[in-house]
Amino acid sequence: MLPDIEAIAEQVFTALADPTRRAILAALASEGPATATDLAARLPITRQAIAKHLALLAEAGLVRAEPGERRRVRYRLRSAPMQVAQQYLAALARNWDGPLSALRDHLDRTAPGAAASSIHEIRGHHG
Amino acid sequence: MGFPDRIERTVELAHSPGKVWAALTTAEGLAAWFGNEAAIDLRPGGAARMSWTGGFTVDMRVERVDEPRVFGFTWQIYGLPEDDPRRTYVEFTLEPDGAGTRLTVVESGFAQLPEDAYRKAYDGNTEGWMRELGELVGYLDAA
Repeated sequence: MLPDIEAIAEQVFTALADPTRRAILAALASEGPATATDLAARLPITRQAIAKHLALLAEAGLVRAEPGERRRVRYRLRSAPMQVAQQYLAALARNWDGPLSALRDHLDRTAPGAAASSIHEIRGHHG
Repeated sequence: MGFPDRIERTVELAHSPGKVWAALTTAEGLAAWFGNEAAIDLRPGGAARMSWTGGFTVDMRVERVDEPRVFGFTWQIYGLPEDDPRRTYVEFTLEPDGAGTRLTVVESGFAQLPEDAYRKAYDGNTEGWMRELGELVGYLDAA
């Protein structure tokens, strides 16, 4: 199971490493499903380049191709892989060091006379 | 690249396990160092909630109560939608250490695969078929 989730997160971060793909994903996120032609009208990128990136994003499962008007393929953002990347970031963003030093400070403060706890780090902040 | 599933920290505290336990498992204790306000129903399956000034609130579910040794709860993975079932498990372990306490916190479960991801391969096939069928319809319409 771990190799799968790792592969998914890696695909998201690889996709996000490219400014054109970031622009495409951002456009789909903010304005909803769009065809390659729609995106070419909105972004300073050729339709050809957009089509190439969309194919790559669809292959990676980050966008879903679906039939649109006049048989044009529309692309929709798939949130599941983005959420996997978010889990990755949540682990990196989890700050236990702050609350743990706040806990130590709290205990030292509320138990006057007790020896101060042995590890001193930066003062914690709440949250 | 390595997906971090687990976070672990240990601190040594110059206070008895009983004191540390109270700070971890009572509303008063939690509000003093963790959240700004806290409520807790201290029993497995009990609800707990912490909130911070600024309006951020987190709901927890008490999972393990083994006074004064182990306290565990689950809470939501930060950033995921509220109705997402994925949660991480946080477990505090208190070990007597002279007159003090060695406190270990382990948070695990960041690397859970969402149910939706299993459908990826299946979705891929469905999409392929939808495209093919669309082309077939277009072909028949034109004929």
